[in-house]
Amino acid sequence: MIGLLVRSAWVQLSRDRAAQVLSFIVPIVFFSVFAVIFGGGTTVDRTSRLRVPVVDESRTERSQALIRALEADSALRVNVVVPPDARGPGRAGEPFTRALAEEWVRRGNAAVALVLPVGIEWSIMSFAQGERVPAILLSDPSDPVASRLVGGLLQRAALRVAASGGADLQLGPGSPAERMMPVPFEEERVLGRKRQSPMIAFYAAGIAVMFIMFAAAGAGGALIEETESGTLERVLTSGLGMNGLLLAKWLSLTSFACAQIVVMFMWGMVAFRLPLLAHLPGFAVMTVTTAAAAAAFGLVLATLSRTRQQLSGLANLLVLGLNAIGGSMFPRFLMSETLQQISLVGFNAWALDGYLKVFWREAPLAALAPQVGALLGFTALFLFLARRFARRWETA
Amino acid sequence: MAVLEIRDARKSFFATRALDGLSLALREGELLGLLGPNGAGKTTLIRAIAGRVRLDSGTVALFGHTLAAGARRADLGVVPQENALYPLLTARENLETFGRLNGLEGKRLRERTAWALEWTGLADRARTLVRAFSGGMKRRLNLACGVLHEPRLVLLDEPTVGVDPQSREKIYDMLGGLRQGGASLLLTTHYLEEAEARCERIVVVDHGRAVAAGTLAELVDHAGLSGRLVRLRLDRAAAAPPAGFRSEGDPAVLTATIRDVGAELPGLLARVRDAGLGVRDLEVRSASLQSVFLQLTGRDLRE
Repeated sequence: MIGLLVRSAWVQLSRDRAAQVLSFIVPIVFFSVFAVIFGGGTTVDRTSRLRVPVVDESRTERSQALIRALEADSALRVNVVVPPDARGPGRAGEPFTRALAEEWVRRGNAAVALVLPVGIEWSIMSFAQGERVPAILLSDPSDPVASRLVGGLLQRAALRVAASGGADLQLGPGSPAERMMPVPFEEERVLGRKRQSPMIAFYAAGIAVMFIMFAAAGAGGALIEETESGTLERVLTSGLGMNGLLLAKWLSLTSFACAQIVVMFMWGMVAFRLPLLAHLPGFAVMTVTTAAAAAAFGLVLATLSRTRQQLSGLANLLVLGLNAIGGSMFPRFLMSETLQQISLVGFNAWALDGYLKVFWREAPLAALAPQVGALLGFTALFLFLARRFARRWETA
Repeated sequence: MAVLEIRDARKSFFATRALDGLSLALREGELLGLLGPNGAGKTTLIRAIAGRVRLDSGTVALFGHTLAAGARRADLGVVPQENALYPLLTARENLETFGRLNGLEGKRLRERTAWALEWTGLADRARTLVRAFSGGMKRRLNLACGVLHEPRLVLLDEPTVGVDPQSREKIYDMLGGLRQGGASLLLTTHYLEEAEARCERIVVVDHGRAVAAGTLAELVDHAGLSGRLVRLRLDRAAAAPPAGFRSEGDPAVLTATIRDVGAELPGLLARVRDAGLGVRDLEVRSASLQSVFLQLTGRDLRE
């Protein structure tokens, strides 16, 4: 009897596609996503590609030797002038100034920038008593690894300069251990100087976006229940067309999603001092456009699925998958550039970028244009798809 | 003038012919029963009348106007077989929602909602969520949501399925009220005794066609079952049925079909007596809708 029940359970599983997707496909997708992020399986290790704008205020032979040593480091992509392929501020070929480098970090084009101030030439491999001029690392603290990595590689570069005879070793008597650094540096945070917990905005946005996707998919499932209960047929018989019905569903889902995000950020404001009130216009723009896209996404899933089980499997697969690569679980800026580019196929990555611009980079509203445009584009695409899939409910 | 007239309706879904030249007419104020086995085409027909199925050919005319699929049908009310209600809305909210969808607003909506709550006997449950309702209460509310806007023609798809006899009586009382108000009703049901007792005329549909239409007497004639069935229970088993009788399994029961009860029944009883048999019980009845239905549509299972 027990064997019979076990066999029956396996037979039922073999016929339940949603359960199969949840049991086998979703874990594989997740495993693959995180293997790519952390294992560097299909992409080059992120550190080999870390972009570092370098400002050479010293303009001496030693500072240039240091820059050459940094350029030779396979872990870094050093730019002393604005590269032609970059989308950051400044003209291509324009030498980086401290202000320009700071702007690059502020806008998220680089996680860290290096400034070699006047006098740095006397600090390289100089351990004598007296004031040493430090290099400055302009950093975005949302990526705490980048500044420490560059700080360490800066030391290696200085040692290489010394090894190649580009610096004289001046070792004073009784130097304390902290003075033994090949080149001293100080970290200067470009962003989030006043914040107690700089990552709160990131996590508030990440969690909110992930859960409005789940909620929109679930609420969109009401369409399936209404089909089964006959309510949808009754509504359509009343003369309200499919366009009107989908519009009503989309508007209601959008308003639900807006309410969810507002509640999430208000909780962040009350419990974690998230500066919501200081960023209301940007928050409003991002919330409305993100909610609109998530609602349309939910409609696509609901119109595509024939049963609740199908919807559940599809929603879990897509929502968790998109959020894994889209940055809700692990910041996109810590992923490889390839994966960052791939993740832009999901609207949620654009939404998170937009929220980060508002709360982290304190960008003006106009700077949200790419994210808002992308979200509106996704919304239009999703609504188009939902309308196509909804044909099956129309007049036969 | 016919309230509803279907002419030569044809509709196929891939290789399946759901409607195959079906025609019927519903007169003003009439309660017309639409009977047929599962898969006969009843639901497709109801959906075509409601504008939810586009016919391959043929026409649907309401109140003398031929209507295309998808065209608004303001004078039509549809009561689906499922309880098509929002379970997390109250009875009143459901009525208001479907009332608005059917064009009611303001004072008129309030008046009709109040009427519907009284009509369904749900006035004291107006604020209760529908999910807490019994099957019979949902059925009544389902009916009310379909007729709230006072349609002149109401399509009812199995309006009494799954409810107890008391609720069924109440629903037919409600339908009677609608007819008194001037509405014409087209009703599908599998409860043949209900159709027999309640409908003025009946259309039997099979394989996408109307195979018979008329009053019960007309259907009986059409099916060739116009005689009276005589059934005798004997005091003992008969070795062989006397002339004019047949035996259907039990040798102590004899049956015969006669056309004139007064002229033919005494002769039948005399033959039984002459065979040395005694009669314990005698039943004379006309053909039922059940027998007519089976005669017209056969006994084979359709699904």
